[in-house]
Amino acid sequence: MTFWLLAPLMVAAALGILFVRKAVHAALLLAVVMISLAVLYAVLDAPFLFAVQIIVYTGAILMLFLFVMMLIGVDASDSTVETIRGQRVMAVVLGLLFGIVLVVGIGQVTFGTVVGLDEANAGGNVPAIANILFSKYVFAFEATSALLITAALGAMVLAHRERLTPKLGQADLAAQRMRDYAEHGKHLGPLPSPGVYARHNAVDTPALLPDGTAAESSVSRVLVARGTVRSAPALADDIDDVRRQIGGLDGHGDPTTMPETSGKAGAPAHTEEDVQKGEEK
Amino acid sequence: MTQYIVLSAILFTIGCVGVLTRRNAIVVFMCVELMLNACNLAFVAFAKQHGNLDGQITAFFVMVVAAAEVVIGLAIIMTIFRTRRSASVDDASLLKY
Repeated sequence: MTFWLLAPLMVAAALGILFVRKAVHAALLLAVVMISLAVLYAVLDAPFLFAVQIIVYTGAILMLFLFVMMLIGVDASDSTVETIRGQRVMAVVLGLLFGIVLVVGIGQVTFGTVVGLDEANAGGNVPAIANILFSKYVFAFEATSALLITAALGAMVLAHRERLTPKLGQADLAAQRMRDYAEHGKHLGPLPSPGVYARHNAVDTPALLPDGTAAESSVSRVLVARGTVRSAPALADDIDDVRRQIGGLDGHGDPTTMPETSGKAGAPAHTEEDVQKGEEK
Repeated sequence: MTQYIVLSAILFTIGCVGVLTRRNAIVVFMCVELMLNACNLAFVAFAKQHGNLDGQITAFFVMVVAAAEVVIGLAIIMTIFRTRRSASVDDASLLKY
């Protein structure tokens, strides 16, 4: 019963990994698959693997994925350009063929009666696994310890960065700033802050210059690249709407029907990752 | 028992197609994890089928190896990203020339 509930969910989530554009969504769908797998392990009389699956896979590995995604940029979405022409179609066709062959092949086989693990798990699943692990498979177990140490060492070597140029101090940065000003006329002071308006003040709204145009440098270029920047004139669009609502109430209406004044009205939906990305840059 | 093996085969196939079609190195990596998980499901199912725990031990070792592999793989992806500012598998093509 559990299987028939979880199997469609898992296949749908796994297919979702193929189609979602953002890597974060793929990671969350993978978490769905992995937790469902953990439940299936429990159904298959493997309570130890159930715990390990949740702790190691969902807890450690997926979090590692999410950490790396934060480091290298959440919005690093897939390019749609095919390097090899027709590769995607070929891949899907081959995948389908492979899947059909596999499923049909399995369908041809009869597995016989299920022996079940009641006898093997008689003294509890974890003691039974420990018995085999530390007798029959003890050398493999020792080898995994060497593997894990190598992996930790390798990750440190790969993630370590040699500093090739000397670290820039405050004096160097100030001198660089002056040089930029002298050579390119780049503004010396800090960048302008984003716009502050009566009903909306957030980092996604550019400030307005005296001539009414938006100051491009007042919003983070990450927000611009992601396309979540609100234009200041668009904020003025709902002024008439608000005025009509207030006028219709004659100033003493029910406060619950008063227009939204928190400045959040119509603001674009922000996801967690957007906020994180903004802070990171 | 057949249904577990079929589910495992389907998940493995989806992981395969994902590795072949996706361009983002991290997503490709996730699809590899999906394939490893699909194999684990088959191992655990066969453990129950045959009534001994060797399949579960193998699944456990696969998980350990997968953990080590993820650590190294993500470190490599980060190193490539640091030098190329891109996580696309197509951009790491210097060996081709």
